[in-house]
Amino acid sequence: MSSSTALATVGGTRTDARNDVMAVNAAEEQYVTFTVGSEEYGVNILSVREIRGWTPESRLPNLPDYVRGVINLRGIIIPIFDLRARFGGGATSVTKRHVVVVIQVGERTRGILVDAISDILAIGHDAIKPPPDVDGGMVDAEYLSGLYTADDRMVTLLSVEKLFSVENSELDSATKALPALERAS
Amino acid sequence: MEDLSRFKQTYFDESAELLEVAEAGLLRLTPGEVDSDEVNAIFRAVHSIKGGGGAFGFTELVAFAHEFETVMDGVRNNTVPVTTELVDTLIRANDLLGQMLAYAREGDPAPAGTTDGTVAALRRHLSGGAPQAQAPAPVPSAPAPAPVYADDEDDEAGLFGDAMAAIAAARAEEDPVPPGKLRWTIVFRPRSDLLMSGNEPAFMLRALRRLGDATVECHTDALPTLQNLEAELLHLSWTVTLIADADVDLDKINDVFEFVADDCDIRITAEAPPPVSSGTSPVTDPVPVAAAAPPAVAVATPEAPPKTPGADAPKAEAARPRPNGGGAEHAGLTSHTIRVDLDKIDRLVNMVGEMVITQAMIAEHVRELPPGEFQELLEGLEQLAQHTRELRESVMSIRAQPVSSVFSRMPRLVRECAATTGKEVQLVTSGETTEVDKTVVENLVDPLTHMIRNSIDHGLEGPEERERVGKPRAGTVHLSAQHRSGRIVIEITDNGRGINRPKVLSKAIEKGLVQPGATLSDEEIDNLIFLPGFSTADQVSNLSGRGVGMDVVRRNITSLGGRIGVYSTPGEGSRFVLSLPLTLAVLDGMVISVGEERFVLPLTNIVESLRPKAADLHGLVGKCDVMMARGEYVRLVYLHQLFGIPGAVADPTRALVVLVETEDGARLGLVVDEVLGQQQVVIKSLEANFRRLDGVAAATILGDGRVALILDVAGLREMSRHMDSRAPRPPSSPVAALPAPALEPV
Repeated sequence: MSSSTALATVGGTRTDARNDVMAVNAAEEQYVTFTVGSEEYGVNILSVREIRGWTPESRLPNLPDYVRGVINLRGIIIPIFDLRARFGGGATSVTKRHVVVVIQVGERTRGILVDAISDILAIGHDAIKPPPDVDGGMVDAEYLSGLYTADDRMVTLLSVEKLFSVENSELDSATKALPALERAS
Repeated sequence: MEDLSRFKQTYFDESAELLEVAEAGLLRLTPGEVDSDEVNAIFRAVHSIKGGGGAFGFTELVAFAHEFETVMDGVRNNTVPVTTELVDTLIRANDLLGQMLAYAREGDPAPAGTTDGTVAALRRHLSGGAPQAQAPAPVPSAPAPAPVYADDEDDEAGLFGDAMAAIAAARAEEDPVPPGKLRWTIVFRPRSDLLMSGNEPAFMLRALRRLGDATVECHTDALPTLQNLEAELLHLSWTVTLIADADVDLDKINDVFEFVADDCDIRITAEAPPPVSSGTSPVTDPVPVAAAAPPAVAVATPEAPPKTPGADAPKAEAARPRPNGGGAEHAGLTSHTIRVDLDKIDRLVNMVGEMVITQAMIAEHVRELPPGEFQELLEGLEQLAQHTRELRESVMSIRAQPVSSVFSRMPRLVRECAATTGKEVQLVTSGETTEVDKTVVENLVDPLTHMIRNSIDHGLEGPEERERVGKPRAGTVHLSAQHRSGRIVIEITDNGRGINRPKVLSKAIEKGLVQPGATLSDEEIDNLIFLPGFSTADQVSNLSGRGVGMDVVRRNITSLGGRIGVYSTPGEGSRFVLSLPLTLAVLDGMVISVGEERFVLPLTNIVESLRPKAADLHGLVGKCDVMMARGEYVRLVYLHQLFGIPGAVADPTRALVVLVETEDGARLGLVVDEVLGQQQVVIKSLEANFRRLDGVAAATILGDGRVALILDVAGLREMSRHMDSRAPRPPSSPVAALPAPALEPV
């Protein structure tokens, strides 16, 4: 509970967020939602460790552009993934108002760079619709856990485990090919 | 009484550890193979428990421990054969001793008959083969008062025993005196006003050292607290164990103390080498030679009644003089230790690391403030910086361990190697108390084992050969450790034949490691032994000669951030010098910049950095650039190219080339923008939350809170090789185009 209130203050929340939180019941789970461009995404609140403002990263060599680099999170070094770049929107040009959602995946802590936090939603399982077949190479539907409609907005729910497991394998093949030169082109 | 109970607690803590020691030793005790070191360790453990128990009047416990000890003594003297049953009985006895301790701790008397069965079993073993007339101990049901054991051979019990004598005795038991030598134990206890007469104890200790191989122990138990300390008074005393040639006699030693004889208490005892053949006779009895002064009265505990040698015991060993008062030191030592989970310490180390970074961060910001103002803030920060540094050092020192835990394994190794090779070897160690991080200590075992084997197998000659060239039959391997400029330096010196350079060179040529006809300096030839696949042993022996020895050693050492060097003089011996960082949590690095990014290069990899002249640069078959540095062509590696960093300086004549050396000795010229400075950095894992990256060893956090990658030079070399084997560079790539001008020698 304390973490969700903390999130609410950071996220510049709306009044109904709290009500949503209060309305939790057994069939519902809470999601932190955030925006990337005009799209809204959500991740399960249980995997979110904290939300912090953007601090300059240190770049890592020879990785795809959606790996922004690493930052110092109170003494531990965590990688930052650029969600916009991940979905093919090109690297985010960051400002101080950009936000990093720090996510715990198993033993690992990672950050996702997003534009802004928008909401905390309590979503019932019934209300989640399966993602349609998305094709065209831009989006790999594997890490989409479902779609949800909040008022008139569509929220794409992400499965962080899958999101990062896909990235791991891609990163592995990427490093093997040593893309130092490709990446610059 | 309060004091006594405090000591009691210490006694129980200490006893618990001793029980573990004894148990571990017992478990290693194998029938037929009696390792006297092990047996002695068990004996001492039981003996110490008994002695301390006597001091507290735990009569039942003492009576039982005495039975236990008697059997161990029999084992020690080879009068009680080691059988599986015996070991079982002893282990049972050890458990029972633990129970007795538990009773004593609770203050409960042990139930009658608790020990009867085990005591009977112990005695059965004793009567099985003990010609020794050991006085039968009182049966536990009728406990005798503690003083009954006052005549025990040596009262070296942990608490109220005599630490100085105990240390000397323990050492006497641990390593026998080498043949042809004498071991002298000199207890030097100056009066407190010695300094007033212009005498300097250090000179005497140094003089003793010139007589032979001296181990000096300083006893600080008489030191008063700081507010009571008078700077002009001497509160220290020393025990010197001197292993000297036979021609050093009592007079020579007395001469050292000639001018201070009236101002101090000196006791000198000698121990001859053990008789060669008789395995059963106890080898540890020192021969009392002289007692130069009446028994010293304890400085620390003046209330203790002075013991006179006569009253001590009629036995020769008991006549060994022993000043009182050393016991307090031992008690002080153990009562102030505490066992802590390693994780807790590591957390502390991490937090301190954070603090160091935060402090550096604040310092950087403050530097930007207008000068002249904020004077107090600056001073405060200065102080903070100092405290942080001290805190870091103290915390690191918690993880530090003396290298003795590694060194103590070596005598056994030497014995085994000597037996296998048929050589006579004497191992001399020094600096065992030098402390270094636990991880480093643990990782030292393998390299040191290899190197000592190597010294014995390749370095030392056989006894006959040694005699022929006029050396003592027994070769010496000296293992030493010391701190030197923030690193630990370990040296392994042998007085053998030295490196056979012509042989090494021909072998290297034969194996294709060196081009025939190449001229190498002596130093270069010596270092060939570190190359993979190199071995000169004529025959592959069990010990070495497979050619995996020294290059593995070098790899191990470099993976710890260390370096290894060899210095050899033909006919006189070789010296291997290891230099290692004191801790693995911190690394000495050089911060470099490439474009906007900063990296840390481990200092151990760096040879030099320079700005090449255009004439020194050459292109090599259009593949890569090489640079002439100190008469050698070194391949240039552009870090910005390897890592795809934009905005870097591409022209080596305007950038800097850092000459680096990988662990296997290959050199690279790393082209970077700038070298920012040397810095100690706290090593952080990149893999914990992400993954391993090629060319990156780990990461760290710089003073401004930003992450910097620590480069892995060997990995960079690997990467640059892959670059070479790749297809021609795509012309569209701006990065590929950048170095092009540099390719043509300007």
